[in-house]
Amino acid sequence: MVATVVVISGESDLLDVRSALRTAAERAGLRLTATTKLVTAGSELARNILRYATGGQGTVTIEECTTRAGRGVRAVFVDQGPGIADLDEVMRDGFSSGGSLGIGLPGSRRLVDEFTIDSMPGRGTTVVISQWDR
Amino acid sequence: MPDVVPIMRMGPDLLVTLQGDLDDRAVEQIEQEVTDQVARTSARAVLVDVSGLAVLDSFVARVLARLVSMVRLLGADATLVGISPAVAITLVELGVSLRHVNTALNAEQGMGRLRRLREGDASRWAGHDDRG
Repeated sequence: MVATVVVISGESDLLDVRSALRTAAERAGLRLTATTKLVTAGSELARNILRYATGGQGTVTIEECTTRAGRGVRAVFVDQGPGIADLDEVMRDGFSSGGSLGIGLPGSRRLVDEFTIDSMPGRGTTVVISQWDR
Repeated sequence: MPDVVPIMRMGPDLLVTLQGDLDDRAVEQIEQEVTDQVARTSARAVLVDVSGLAVLDSFVARVLARLVSMVRLLGADATLVGISPAVAITLVELGVSLRHVNTALNAEQGMGRLRRLREGDASRWAGHDDRG
């Protein structure tokens, strides 16, 4: 299956991220609410990269996928930023190191069917989200 | 980014129609323009219609909440209208409550809310005059 890669390096790239996610969601047959949640979660994660990653840069790779659960969309957000030392802490509602509302990561997790985060201080962060057609 | 912020005057009120997918700068530009127009036109109320907005993430929600606060400080009323069920579900799960923001289902109901507020005001003033 074809993957779409969007480079995130400036505010205007958020539009490309949202548009690519919406296109993939529609192609996978996700319903409107599932699509809206996926696009919104992606917008939050892309903004996190702009805000926290080194040089505000990263990528998102979006692909359709099929499992026993059905068709869906998977998006992998990668940055080579400072990484996150305490994942439990950033996944808590209300935690923010950047002066925002601190809803980005825990909020995004609630919007999608699958959410995994992997990070190493000094090496960057990878967040994988998936949304299924159910 | 829109060159012209879609603001329409309707008597003493302003109707702001947000459409499509807006980047952060466009959202902040709209916030600034609406605030300026409220002051310039002495508007009594602002309806912000978000039904045409492709996505309402935490940033957009925060700017809209800020806009509502600013409009109130200028002495006008502000109502957010046109949040779809999908967007409402998304905002609540995301953790954005917008609990201090007046909302109405659509522009028509938003106008109805304003009318009721004004009738309430008018009868209160009438009552005041009777006593005086």
